[in-house]
Amino acid sequence: MKLTLRVWRQRNADADGTMSTYEVDGISPDMSFLEMLDTLNEELIVKGEDPVAFDHDCREGICGACSLVINGDAHGPERTTTCQLHMRSFKDGDTIDVEPWRASAFPVIKDLVVDRSAFDRIIQAGGYITAPTGAAPEAHATPVPKPDADLAFEHAECIGCGACVAACPNGAAMLFTSAKINHLNVLPQGAPERETRVLDMVEQMDEEGFGGCTLAGECATACPKGIPLMSITSMNKEWLRAARKVKR
Amino acid sequence: MSWTDQLCVRSVLCMALATRTDRRPSFARTVWDSTVGKKTVMAVSGLIMLLYLVVHMIGNLKIFFGAGEFDHYAHWLRTVGEPFMHYEWTLWLVRVVLVAAVVAHAVSAYQLSRRDIRARPGKYAHRKARASYATRTMRWGGIILGLFIVWHILDLTTGTVHPGFRHGHPYRNVVDTFSTWYGNVVYIVAMLALGLHVRHGFWSAAQTLGVGSRTRDRALKTLANVLALLLTVGFIAVPVAVMTGVVS
Repeated sequence: MKLTLRVWRQRNADADGTMSTYEVDGISPDMSFLEMLDTLNEELIVKGEDPVAFDHDCREGICGACSLVINGDAHGPERTTTCQLHMRSFKDGDTIDVEPWRASAFPVIKDLVVDRSAFDRIIQAGGYITAPTGAAPEAHATPVPKPDADLAFEHAECIGCGACVAACPNGAAMLFTSAKINHLNVLPQGAPERETRVLDMVEQMDEEGFGGCTLAGECATACPKGIPLMSITSMNKEWLRAARKVKR
Repeated sequence: MSWTDQLCVRSVLCMALATRTDRRPSFARTVWDSTVGKKTVMAVSGLIMLLYLVVHMIGNLKIFFGAGEFDHYAHWLRTVGEPFMHYEWTLWLVRVVLVAAVVAHAVSAYQLSRRDIRARPGKYAHRKARASYATRTMRWGGIILGLFIVWHILDLTTGTVHPGFRHGHPYRNVVDTFSTWYGNVVYIVAMLALGLHVRHGFWSAAQTLGVGSRTRDRALKTLANVLALLLTVGFIAVPVAVMTGVVS
């Protein structure tokens, strides 16, 4: 496959960026999107040019490190992560636009790499349980009804990649935050901090400069793990309950 | 950060205590300062206005039963609740609630929109038309409706912009307004905007208030569409009837 790539190049956080055009040849349809970028980078290095910086780690769709808005879609045209997107999703001779996540709360560090530490701070605000758990406890010590376990797992699938923020017209982090809140709030282990968790995490989300939710639904469409839009509804419900209940 | 928090940051053992211990602000403060809370204000004020619109639309349809019934109904609106309420007290009570709802809705929308735009300053080079038309036109639709309300009150309540307005003769005034081309255009455009606004707004309010769920989603979407259609058709029926001579 021969492709034309238009890639966002930005020297550093303070520099202005532009879309630069590159031609890549000899791309196999079985390559992942990241392998295709590796091929481009090898050519750039040989030519003595600066390779394109992009985030990646596990390359098996579970770590949440890879990002990229491909032809206007976070993680590209398939419902998966960029590392699991294969070049067979494109046609020979295609022109592909590759851009970083765009949100004020995710500033570009270089090229396609953005700073997602805002997510870490949201987790630090309450995305954990405070009970000292020690070693892994006996699985049957705390009974969890199957539907609750399934619901918690559905939310726990969130890998924190930030595609929801990238896709949201308001740069909102509601889907990420709601997935992390619901994951713990439906489980008995998360119950003691049920109210403070939702209040603190939403407060941190606002402090980080993310936008608000207008229920456009772009986040759930982009999410490689299929976190449902209803996750946000559940978070709103938890938030209203907590705001009324928490002692002042 | 308080001194206890600072101590805790240095000690892993202290993790369990690293939750917030400061006093939380009041319920009203929490709601107004949060994006989730401000959306709640929009949802509640929106539902108040929606309820009023349904009543208003049904009231309007009395025009099809002649000037006598319509004018009598208009007069009754001033005597509702008598003898407990004095003349026009109920009407003014409704007006006060509605003005409060409009102001709360508009101020929240303005502040949330400002925040959303700040959160997503850069546009993607590769742009796609995404969310539904109703979702994308919420802000402009809201502005159109706000301007319409001002015109509508000046036209048919105070008569300020209505040449030949006669107090106490609403039937005559309505026919008068819809005998001008601009009266019809302004009204019909605004009512179409209303339909779109309600279509996304009603369903969104349900999600914001946390009453949406997977099992209720279809019902809520249908109800939103039915409400939007009924309101638009019900309101537009009046100018169409005047234009076609059914009401004169």
